Amino acid sequence: MPVLASFVCGLIFGAGLLISGMTDPQKVLGFLDLFGAWDATLAFVMAGAVAVAATGFAIARRRTAPTFSARFLWPDRNDIDAPLVGGAILFGIGWGLAGICPGPALVNLAGLSLPIVVFVIAMLAGMIGQDLLGKTLWRRRTAAAHTIETSPLPSRADG
Amino acid sequence: MHDFTPVSGLLGGALIGLAAALLMLLTGRIAGVTGIVGGLLQPDTTDRSADRSWSIAFIAGLIAAPLIAALFGAPLPRPAMNASLVVIAIAGLLVGFGTRMGNGCTSGHGVCGFARLSGRSIVATFIFMTAAIATVAIVRHGIGG
Repeated sequence: MPVLASFVCGLIFGAGLLISGMTDPQKVLGFLDLFGAWDATLAFVMAGAVAVAATGFAIARRRTAPTFSARFLWPDRNDIDAPLVGGAILFGIGWGLAGICPGPALVNLAGLSLPIVVFVIAMLAGMIGQDLLGKTLWRRRTAAAHTIETSPLPSRADG
Repeated sequence: MHDFTPVSGLLGGALIGLAAALLMLLTGRIAGVTGIVGGLLQPDTTDRSADRSWSIAFIAGLIAAPLIAALFGAPLPRPAMNASLVVIAIAGLLVGFGTRMGNGCTSGHGVCGFARLSGRSIVATFIFMTAAIATVAIVRHGIGG
């Protein structure tokens, strides 16, 4: 059941990305192009998504446990550290170059077009590369500083 | 290219939010694509087999969405991209590296983080939005570049 629930959530998420236009890089770049013919659609996508998610999260906060799992895995970090800032800058540059972020990249994978396949392979390589590099460079210090805070948590990720 | 579609935007956005809300209410997890994909790429999975199968199921759902739409006559997504394959590969590397380094992307920080009113996520979202807008400005209009 939890696996099925997760699959259905992925389906709904993917349908939302398709309907909203987030899977079209030209549409995304049109939103990011403040100095050109600006397309404000993505602001509406974000507003709709945040409003519904916030409502669902408010309901979840009042429950003791999720339906198919022992507990809610809320991210618990609130510090603004260098990897957060640096990572966001690098991600933003890549997003601006291609107009694709991780969710739409995976949805677009269904079409198996060459640019998307190249993008997804490079994206996975980048993720693995950061996991290897980060472990020896910045994560060690961050991890040490947050050992107590994060060690009982199964997931440190914000998203 | 600059066709403004607020209704489908709001509707699609609401579905994204619904998926994020349901994933939390049902499985207790944040619908962050970076965290879900990145978690799968981690080699150390001592007692995380359940976590893994949920992650695979969520990603399978993402990829299945356009396939199911295709059964009803929608075209498969094969988006037109202006950038060369080399630029696309560089962009992919930056997106993968940056999202893992910053612990999240548009879904985890942008949607779920804003919905939780997480200061960390709101800061990250403003930074990657600004970096993306600056990149598009430089690539398309040569502003500052």
